[in-house]
Amino acid sequence: MNNKVQLEQVNIHFGKTHAVRDISMTFPENSVTAIIGPSGCGKSTLLRSMNRMHDLVPSARVTGKILVDNGDIYDRSVDPVAIRRRVGMVFQKPNPFPAMSIYDNVIAGYKLNGRLPRDEADEIVESCLKRVALWDEVKDRLRSNAMMLSGGQQQRLCIARTIAVKPEVILMDEPASALDPISTLKIEELIEELKERYTIIIVTHNMQQAARVSDYTAFLYMGDLVECGETKKIFTTPEVKRTEDYITGRFG
Amino acid sequence: MMQGVTLRKMKNHLMSFVMLACTLAVLIPLGLIFFHIVKMGISSLSLDFFTHIPAPTGEPGGGMANGMLGSLIMIGGASLIGLPIGILGAIYLSEFGGSKISTLIRFAADVLSGTPSIITGMVAYTLLVVPMKGFSGLAGSIALAMIMIPIVLRTTEEQLKMVPGSLREASLALGVPFWRTSLKVTLRSALSGVLTGILLAVARIAGETAPLLFTALGNQFWSKNVMQPMAALPLQIFSFAIAPYEDWHKLAWAGALVLVTVMFALSLTARYFGRTRQAR
Repeated sequence: MNNKVQLEQVNIHFGKTHAVRDISMTFPENSVTAIIGPSGCGKSTLLRSMNRMHDLVPSARVTGKILVDNGDIYDRSVDPVAIRRRVGMVFQKPNPFPAMSIYDNVIAGYKLNGRLPRDEADEIVESCLKRVALWDEVKDRLRSNAMMLSGGQQQRLCIARTIAVKPEVILMDEPASALDPISTLKIEELIEELKERYTIIIVTHNMQQAARVSDYTAFLYMGDLVECGETKKIFTTPEVKRTEDYITGRFG
Repeated sequence: MMQGVTLRKMKNHLMSFVMLACTLAVLIPLGLIFFHIVKMGISSLSLDFFTHIPAPTGEPGGGMANGMLGSLIMIGGASLIGLPIGILGAIYLSEFGGSKISTLIRFAADVLSGTPSIITGMVAYTLLVVPMKGFSGLAGSIALAMIMIPIVLRTTEEQLKMVPGSLREASLALGVPFWRTSLKVTLRSALSGVLTGILLAVARIAGETAPLLFTALGNQFWSKNVMQPMAALPLQIFSFAIAPYEDWHKLAWAGALVLVTVMFALSLTARYFGRTRQAR
């Protein structure tokens, strides 16, 4: 299987804080990789480096190589905007655009970048909402405000918005941690379906969730990569004692 | 024990009464001003007032139509100059800020908005009227813009800062460039608050008289050429009020009534925008 994303000795600093230390690992194409670890271990920091979200934080410094399809996304010649179109992101808290309708939220990636022909927009909205299993719930009120939806619906809308711009990789930063169990289940089912088309990297606090949805798991602790490999193996026969302690709930 | 409770309740009532009195102390002058202006001005308000220029000395009738037109032109000009500078500057401060320059800009804007407006007028006189060898509506617009910019800059910046960072991230993560995100997501989300700030700034400059004395000067006739001296409502109120004729005083009162009504309406509209924002 192809390695879609590859990290080579990635270090991330915020000012004097060394948040991610020398991490090298790979993310295989069309699979789900979970990044787990206790709060403050650098999971989200690592995730956000993969579509250059740290560019906005003046004190952040990313060194090492992050390759997407073997191209270094931190190369000087690379436009971060182009990278973010290939590597989409879903955030912890659902964040639909409050001034937009459900319809406009799905095509926000196009609308904010210019115009989109009406028939094309209709098609994108319907297909994306169907893929996140939201179509039947909202098809009669596409023009109403996106904030009218429940938290779980909002998060599925955000996923629809992300896949509408046809990314190759989707980063998910604890996408279900603000949701109730039923909504969480729906998101997890969705992730399972999405991996047929996309490479998914998900940060999660929830160990059961990592075990349920992911093919590969990486365990981070205090900015270090402790262990990574197939999820089945990490959860049954981890090689490092610390991983076992964390997974079994002995710390963290 | 019972005595303690009674004392506490009495203190409570006393303080409530003091605060009510303070509120009234604020409201009473406002009410006095408003009712006095209405009483004095309403009798001189007629269709002529809105359609005619001031009558020659000694003749009855006449209005302040040229002053209202001049005010509109100069406020429009000031907005054309001041709004882009104020709003774009606010985007810089809120979205790219954090450097030493932005601290300097904020400080400068705060000092500028505290500067007496007559000083602004004198500066505009020295920098514009003297080199251009004449008073003009354009100089008036620029002087008003100088008053408008710091107000718009600071209120817009505050509104932009209140937009949650998660919205900016959502837009950026969709591959939208930062500048488009700033305009179409951040500014758009803060729009109602920004509009409130703009309306308050317009209301503020609509009543400014001192800076116009040195720049637009005023005009007894229709004045649509921005390169010529231009009439303005507050200027006409000023010159009519200090004139020795009784019927001119009446016209000044009518002018004051129009001006106060316009500012009242602007403030109410601003409040309305502010409220719809909170409701959302």
